[in-house]
Amino acid sequence: MSAWETIRLVAAREVRVRAASRATRIGTLVLVLAIVALVVVIALVSGSGSAAKVAFTPPTGALAQPLAVSAGLLGQEVETSTAADEAAGERQVRDGAVDALVAGTAQEPRIVVDEELGDTLRAALLAVARQQALDRAVQALGGDPAAVNRDVDAVRLEVVALDPHDPEHDERLVVGTIVGVLIYVALLTYGPIVAQGVVEEKTSRVVELLLSTIRAWQLMAGKVLGIGLVGLVQFVLLIAAGVIAGVATGVLTLPASVAAGTIAWAVAWYLLGYAVYALLFAAAGALVSRQEDVSSATLPLIMVIIVPYVIGISVLPGDPGNRLVAILSLVPLFAPTLMPIREAMGEAAAWELVLATGLTLATIALLVRGAGRVYVNAVLRTGARVRLREALGRA
Amino acid sequence: MRIALGVVEADAGEVRWDGRPVDLEARRRIGYMPEERGLYPRMTVADQLTYLARLHGLDAARARRSVDTWIERLGLGERRDEEVLKLSLGNQQRVQLAAALVHDPDVLVLDEPFSGLDPVAVDVMSDVLREKCAEGVPVVFSSHQLDLVERLCDRVGIIRAGRMVAVGTVEELRAHAAPRIEIHAPAAPPGWAEALPGVAVLERRDGRTLVELRDGADDQRLLEAALATGPVHEFARRPPSLAELFRHAVSEEGAA
Repeated sequence: MSAWETIRLVAAREVRVRAASRATRIGTLVLVLAIVALVVVIALVSGSGSAAKVAFTPPTGALAQPLAVSAGLLGQEVETSTAADEAAGERQVRDGAVDALVAGTAQEPRIVVDEELGDTLRAALLAVARQQALDRAVQALGGDPAAVNRDVDAVRLEVVALDPHDPEHDERLVVGTIVGVLIYVALLTYGPIVAQGVVEEKTSRVVELLLSTIRAWQLMAGKVLGIGLVGLVQFVLLIAAGVIAGVATGVLTLPASVAAGTIAWAVAWYLLGYAVYALLFAAAGALVSRQEDVSSATLPLIMVIIVPYVIGISVLPGDPGNRLVAILSLVPLFAPTLMPIREAMGEAAAWELVLATGLTLATIALLVRGAGRVYVNAVLRTGARVRLREALGRA
Repeated sequence: MRIALGVVEADAGEVRWDGRPVDLEARRRIGYMPEERGLYPRMTVADQLTYLARLHGLDAARARRSVDTWIERLGLGERRDEEVLKLSLGNQQRVQLAAALVHDPDVLVLDEPFSGLDPVAVDVMSDVLREKCAEGVPVVFSSHQLDLVERLCDRVGIIRAGRMVAVGTVEELRAHAAPRIEIHAPAAPPGWAEALPGVAVLERRDGRTLVELRDGADDQRLLEAALATGPVHEFARRPPSLAELFRHAVSEEGAA
């Protein structure tokens, strides 16, 4: 039997056990629901100020079309409707069915609102009323209002933006934050599971039976791969749920190429981050023999995940280009949580991504040796906690 | 045993099977029962055994067949889909034995296989070991239940402080031991045998005396001395039990 086949068997057992566990299933379901709920909330919040509803009495009906145009210029969508008469329209305003009623006459419109008239809508209505007045004045002077309007409409305002606002900026910020949270949660979930799995084998002594037929590094590799695969499936499910919800609610409007790049990097950083931390957690787990000692052995690793992430997530939304975070995001142990956030926010340069990936891969190669050695040396030793130096020392 | 299974490094020496050093490939053909029993507590009996069979190189179909056979054989049929955690200690031991047997090993190495077994399970275990032995599978096991060892084993080794102090069949071990004689002489006064050279009295009860002859002491002199005390109803050699041999071997070494 080849080494690879052995590793595959070990990994398959991990996948079976984790996939069958209620904790994994319920956890995944809860996270999927949470992410869908988050997207829906974003959709509701950002969609609340969308179309303004304006009703017109029959005498003012001619103003509906010009209002839609002038409001459109101001970036305000307007839904127009016709009220049977002023009384009916006022009722609609009072009920909240419409935001405003245009009554009076086309020459002298009167706006009825419940409490107050929004600024954008006010500007749009004012523009329409002025246009009407202007048209009448042009007509009174013997001119052709249509011709005048054509000339007026031809006027364009040239704008030179020195630092143009990225229309995707806000969306990227949200996507970046979500990607960061997902990777952070995944590392904090699956890292400790690796450590617990290692300790479970030590506590139950099954490790001696296993190591009489397979090698320690094969057991470690199979465990890391199997748990990583379960984590990957969960991670991809969450991203898929987020993307589907985002597209369905119209929240996600990033160009497909940008979104695909962000997703690919998110998955890549999950894999890189998981590899780094799974190896570290496996070694940490091998040092102790009792479940009670797992948390103290893994605490330093958990802090290494939490601290840079908390720095990043509190600094980046306000200051995506922050230098300190940019530097931290190149450090192999911090990159898995920070770099995908910066990438999603559009702040990571290509060379930074390549450099961070390369450094992390190099770290993984070192850890395969170092953490592997600690694991192999410590996994059969039960009783007191094995000291790290001892575990590293013996060949 | 742990050195043979590659779990502990040897300080010196080598473990060989069929003349070749035992490597991972050879170990895969060994059925092992560690002294510290170990199974995944949260895996079911059948899953657990199938997994271990596969790790030892059986393909899926053979693993399934073998698991079914051993579950049936060891009386675990009703427990096959229960987590090991929920089984009684005795049943856990049966699963542990099944784990050692499930890959149809060429050699069995069992560390204290009888400890913690109920009498029925002891019988099942003994039968299985005899049967494996009859199939030509060498069985090496350690035990402190010496009556069982005496009944089951072809060859016995006694280990003291990490060294083999005696090895051979039970008969061979007895041959090395000082002969023991039991004399039934109801009229003999206390202390009748103590004075004889090379004779050590081990026990005296109801006119019966158990002695050990040391340094080639003459049993005929002992008989004469016994007859001198009155009638002798019985004068017989008493082969020492394995437990006595063990005690002797261990204390002798301690004295040396």
